[in-house]
Amino acid sequence: MSDPEHPAAGPGREGPEAAKARSRRNLAIALSLAVFVILVFVVTLTRLGADVATRPL
Amino acid sequence: MTDTAIRTAAPASWKDYVQLLKPRVMSLVVFTALTGLVAARTPMNPLLAAVAILCVAVGAGASASLNMWYDADIDAKMRRTRARPVPSGKVQAADALGMGVVLGLFSVLLMGLAVGLLPAALLAFTILFYAVVYTIWLKRWTPQNIVIGGAAGALPPVIGWAAATGEVSLNAGLLFLIIFLWTPPHSWALALYTRGDYEAAGVPMMPVAKGPKATRLQILLYSLVFVPVALLPAFTGLGGGLYLAISGAGGAVFLLLAWRLFMSRAGDEPDGVDADLYDVKAASKAARNLFAFSILYLTLLFAALLAEGLLGLAPLELLT
Repeated sequence: MSDPEHPAAGPGREGPEAAKARSRRNLAIALSLAVFVILVFVVTLTRLGADVATRPL
Repeated sequence: MTDTAIRTAAPASWKDYVQLLKPRVMSLVVFTALTGLVAARTPMNPLLAAVAILCVAVGAGASASLNMWYDADIDAKMRRTRARPVPSGKVQAADALGMGVVLGLFSVLLMGLAVGLLPAALLAFTILFYAVVYTIWLKRWTPQNIVIGGAAGALPPVIGWAAATGEVSLNAGLLFLIIFLWTPPHSWALALYTRGDYEAAGVPMMPVAKGPKATRLQILLYSLVFVPVALLPAFTGLGGGLYLAISGAGGAVFLLLAWRLFMSRAGDEPDGVDADLYDVKAASKAARNLFAFSILYLTLLFAALLAEGLLGLAPLELLT
């Protein structure tokens, strides 16, 4: 619970700089995950591509 | 880790997280892995080859991050490492641990999916060997730490080779052996003129545990084994004329510098923790010369193999 009389105090609090840095870190993690998903997708297409083209119909 | 040495400072920027990955070491790892992949001379889908190298790079970064997590306490005591993100308080140790674990898992998973089980298993082994066997176990325990731990640094070209061919051959083992035997003279030459740092941190590097004289002898002995091994690729169908010329001429210089170091008094005078890191005493210049040349020599050896592979120059096969 926050203390309305001391909004900037306490070990659990973070200042605007820290909040900004955390926001940037979260964005970087999200972008990294997106890149990983795209890589898995492209790799799967590449590895399966030849087999899919030559599969028996 | 001591609470007094490691504190939370200003919020970490993306540059601090990049530093956790040891980008300079990562670039060397990528370079040797790429050389292994190209020197195997086996056609490979360019996209999968690029993914394999990316996985090696991320795996190297994971190892570095885990190393910085565990070693933050001794990093804080050494001039060379005290500005790293964890001991300087820019990044929390737990964040370095989390980043190392996650990147390690992702790199191994992607390698297995994109390239194959063997390179993925080798990558997982390399990360675990560096983070657990070297960092947690060997580094603080024995003066042979960098000899055995050097295996982790020697494996990337084997991973590259395995990614291209799906197997590990004698020549891949030779690439491993070259880096493995290069590591002790390289690391001990540096340790000779930064001994005070290792003493302060309680790391039993060879000059700290056995003294400078024994270290200079060990460097010479390892150099006498390393230089002939570095010539071998020209005899086993791995290296061509360019490689033979570079390994021969560079090997002669390497041996000369190792001999000069053996005859010097490098490391006899303590360097002192408060001295500037690169303020090398005159007597220790022979150690710095060998350290600097060792980096150049290994780079040239692998660059020659890489160039010969990319240009399609035929290997010599002097023994076959």
